[in-house]
Amino acid sequence: MRNEQATALLFELSRPGRRAVRFAAPDVAVQTTELLPEWALADKPPPLPEVSESDVVRHFTNLSARNMSVDSHFYPLGSCTMKYNPKRNERLASLPGFSQVHPYQPDSTVQGLLACLFELQEMLAEISGLPGVSLQPAAGAHGELTALLVAAAYFRHRGERRTKVLSPDSAHGTNPASARMAGFTAVTVRSTPSGFVDLDDLRRQLDGQVAVLMITNPNTLGLFDPHIRTIADLVHDVGGLVYLDGANMNAVLGITRPADCGADMMHFNPHKTFSGPHGGGGPGAGPICVRSDLEPFLPVPVVARRNGHYFLDYHRPESIGRVRAFFGNVGVLLRAYCYLLTHGPDGLRKVAENAVLNANYLLARLKRLLACPQGDRCMHEFVLTAEPLRRRGLKQPARDIAKRLLDYGFHAPTVYFPLTVPEALMIEPTETESKETLDAFADALEKILQEPLDLLQEAPHSTPISRPDEVQAARNPKLRWTPD
Amino acid sequence: MSYWSNTAEDQRAMLEVIGLESIDALFDVIPQQLKRKTPLAIRPGMTELELSQHMQALADRNRHTANSLCFLGGGAYDHFVPAVVDALASRGEFYTSYTPYQPEVSQGNLQAMFEYQTLICQLTGMDVSNASLYDGASAAAEAVLMAINATGRSRRVVTASSVHPEYRQVLATYLAPLGVELCTVPAPQGQVAAEAWEAAVDPETACLLVQHPNFFGYLEQMPAAVEAAHKAGALCIQVFDPISLGLLRRPGDFDVDIAVAEGQCLGTPLQFGGPYLGILACRESLVRRLPGRLAGQTVDRLGRRCWVLTLQTREQHIRREKATSNICTNQGLLALRAAIYLALLGPMGLREVATQCLYKSHYALERLTESKQFRPAFSGHFFKEFVVRAADGKLDERLKEAEKQNILAGLPLGRWYPELSDCMLVCVTENRTRADIDAWAESLLGAQAGTHARSTAGDPVASKIVRTGR
Repeated sequence: MRNEQATALLFELSRPGRRAVRFAAPDVAVQTTELLPEWALADKPPPLPEVSESDVVRHFTNLSARNMSVDSHFYPLGSCTMKYNPKRNERLASLPGFSQVHPYQPDSTVQGLLACLFELQEMLAEISGLPGVSLQPAAGAHGELTALLVAAAYFRHRGERRTKVLSPDSAHGTNPASARMAGFTAVTVRSTPSGFVDLDDLRRQLDGQVAVLMITNPNTLGLFDPHIRTIADLVHDVGGLVYLDGANMNAVLGITRPADCGADMMHFNPHKTFSGPHGGGGPGAGPICVRSDLEPFLPVPVVARRNGHYFLDYHRPESIGRVRAFFGNVGVLLRAYCYLLTHGPDGLRKVAENAVLNANYLLARLKRLLACPQGDRCMHEFVLTAEPLRRRGLKQPARDIAKRLLDYGFHAPTVYFPLTVPEALMIEPTETESKETLDAFADALEKILQEPLDLLQEAPHSTPISRPDEVQAARNPKLRWTPD
Repeated sequence: MSYWSNTAEDQRAMLEVIGLESIDALFDVIPQQLKRKTPLAIRPGMTELELSQHMQALADRNRHTANSLCFLGGGAYDHFVPAVVDALASRGEFYTSYTPYQPEVSQGNLQAMFEYQTLICQLTGMDVSNASLYDGASAAAEAVLMAINATGRSRRVVTASSVHPEYRQVLATYLAPLGVELCTVPAPQGQVAAEAWEAAVDPETACLLVQHPNFFGYLEQMPAAVEAAHKAGALCIQVFDPISLGLLRRPGDFDVDIAVAEGQCLGTPLQFGGPYLGILACRESLVRRLPGRLAGQTVDRLGRRCWVLTLQTREQHIRREKATSNICTNQGLLALRAAIYLALLGPMGLREVATQCLYKSHYALERLTESKQFRPAFSGHFFKEFVVRAADGKLDERLKEAEKQNILAGLPLGRWYPELSDCMLVCVTENRTRADIDAWAESLLGAQAGTHARSTAGDPVASKIVRTGR
């Protein structure tokens, strides 16, 4: 079935004079004599490959067959919420009335689109309990940065100078990286052995310099922190703000609201929670919600409504400005809107229930095989450790298991994250997987653990390539094709 | 309606294995007082048919490029997207996959990323490209942060008023926490005066951010900008229009240090502003300061060529607060679309599109300014966009009149440039026919326009561009 010829690089397929798309010569008469000056013109067009249309189709079709995807495989990649991406959302977001709309069209010509976005703002406000919404950020990390800039503007407005942003050691790396980009010092708070924020360490770190605590709840271990309200109160007591990284909202939709847990700001990941396809690594979106006194600082523009007319509101004098051009990742936001309308309040709650049920069921089946240091219950995901297998002679057991799972037709879990668990395997099945799929995955893992070690160490065996040499890739970077 | 698989029977069986009585018990860990007592106040769920009808009704309330003539540009462009782009990019194996953390089962995405990086290098003449960023504006801001780090100069960044105003706003947002001074050189004639660059740069300047062709569509004096920057030890960053490179010299040929662009024009639909594609390419020496993902070539255990994510020690998941950026994704699907688009067009297709844009925009300007109701605001060379001034100052009325005829005639500039409040930015791409342009001009000029119908006999193309060969 493999077609190695078609998956040669485009540049190797190129032959001088071969063409795919053509455009006619312009059919307009122009009187200007020199349209462009000599100094600005290229001698020749860029040296792009020259291939036929069927070359391109066959090339990329064969490349696609070299990917695992949610459409083709179980993809239990922890913290990424790789749920089914509904086809209807693809079709509806691609209607010309949405996909062929220019961002600078007058408001009067985009009332349907603005109505969608306005309602999406309202739904996110309802789900979060935080009334101020910006749909502008392009990704979760972009939402973090935006919210931290909002926090900085808020404190500046109050005449306070606060320098620190706290996040737990189990947090995603974007949290401290965003803190630094927003001009803060990133400070780590320890976790307890059971995976929660260490309240004593938090108390030690909290002072008048703390602007924001960034917290992921449920956290990256798949645990809901029962002390979340206490944590929020402690932060509020020193005048700080609580930012919720909404990466794991899938577990609590309709069950609890971030605002009720004490969050002042948060971002959603519509590409996770609301089923936007991951696109091989993007695009996503990172809309943020904030409590009402932070709302004046949100980026411009926001969608507003006056007398039944929707408009983009740019008149926001306290705003931090813009974090990107145009309105936002509207294509992704429309898919989220479709997802929310499909489910309604009852459906969203059932999403969370089935996501948590699936994760707990899979954990119950797997905990006999590999230990789950944080206990035998979880929310939407859980983290196993393969550390004991080191004693059996595996140097990187989490990696070996992950690679061997590929041979069984399963995408690997997230491995070596969070950093607080040695040889971590982070598994998030999502609600869209069936019991049979979860059983098949558990059966595969059970078999793998009984296999000879060399079978694991050399896995995968059935994929288009075996393990790549990543050290060579980094030591001697080859980042583009060049004619040899 | 939903997408989960579990039946009531499945749920019972699963709870039994877990050792719980009910679904509610799964959430016991959440303190009772934090739980919602009432359902979320959003609309009830819809079937696929109901949702489709609802969305179609909303879509029908929007004007769009299929039911209107679009002459809007300003960084988002109505270019032709070949059918192959949609057919390939809508393959589930591409769009429902994620970041290639497991290279053995992600070679399709990784090779496409590597090809994208190569195509961007070929397009721009730069040494290295990353695998994409969020959009053109955030790419420009990230490029400036790179320049600040590379030069160790955190006092001053120089840009111009002819750089896209929203890009400058984003840059100001990104620079605010660093306390960097953002100096904006004026562009009084729609272009920056060549000597103004040198005057604006001082020994504490990290970089010059230039847009060429600029926001107004006109050429900037790139050689002067690059020379001014380099003389002062600063970097020169060019914001470019990928389509223009079918005709114009490449950023790398001007010796710029970093080239950034909005890549939407390469096969991605307008979709009201996003998701789009941030292109960022640089010279070799800056590679370890690049933000975002990179695909690199290597070999597998059997010596077969393959690709992996590489140089990850720059990135947030390894370096946390010391990373080059907090970015954690690329715009994979849009980069794929751009790669497919560039492969389909090839060098000649890109030249043909650029030529169409160049001619049609010039035809449009000549057509509109025949009657003196509109005048060119500036006199410089332009590529596919230009600025015109309504002679009677009543731009809004003209635009509303055109809008009634389903023509999105131009982008009023007063929002960003009070001195240009009677001016609009017009963009003409290959998608506009001569008849479209005539209709556009007539809608703006009113009844008198009909008398200005023009002859188009003969081949108008042959001699106008200085060099057209390969």
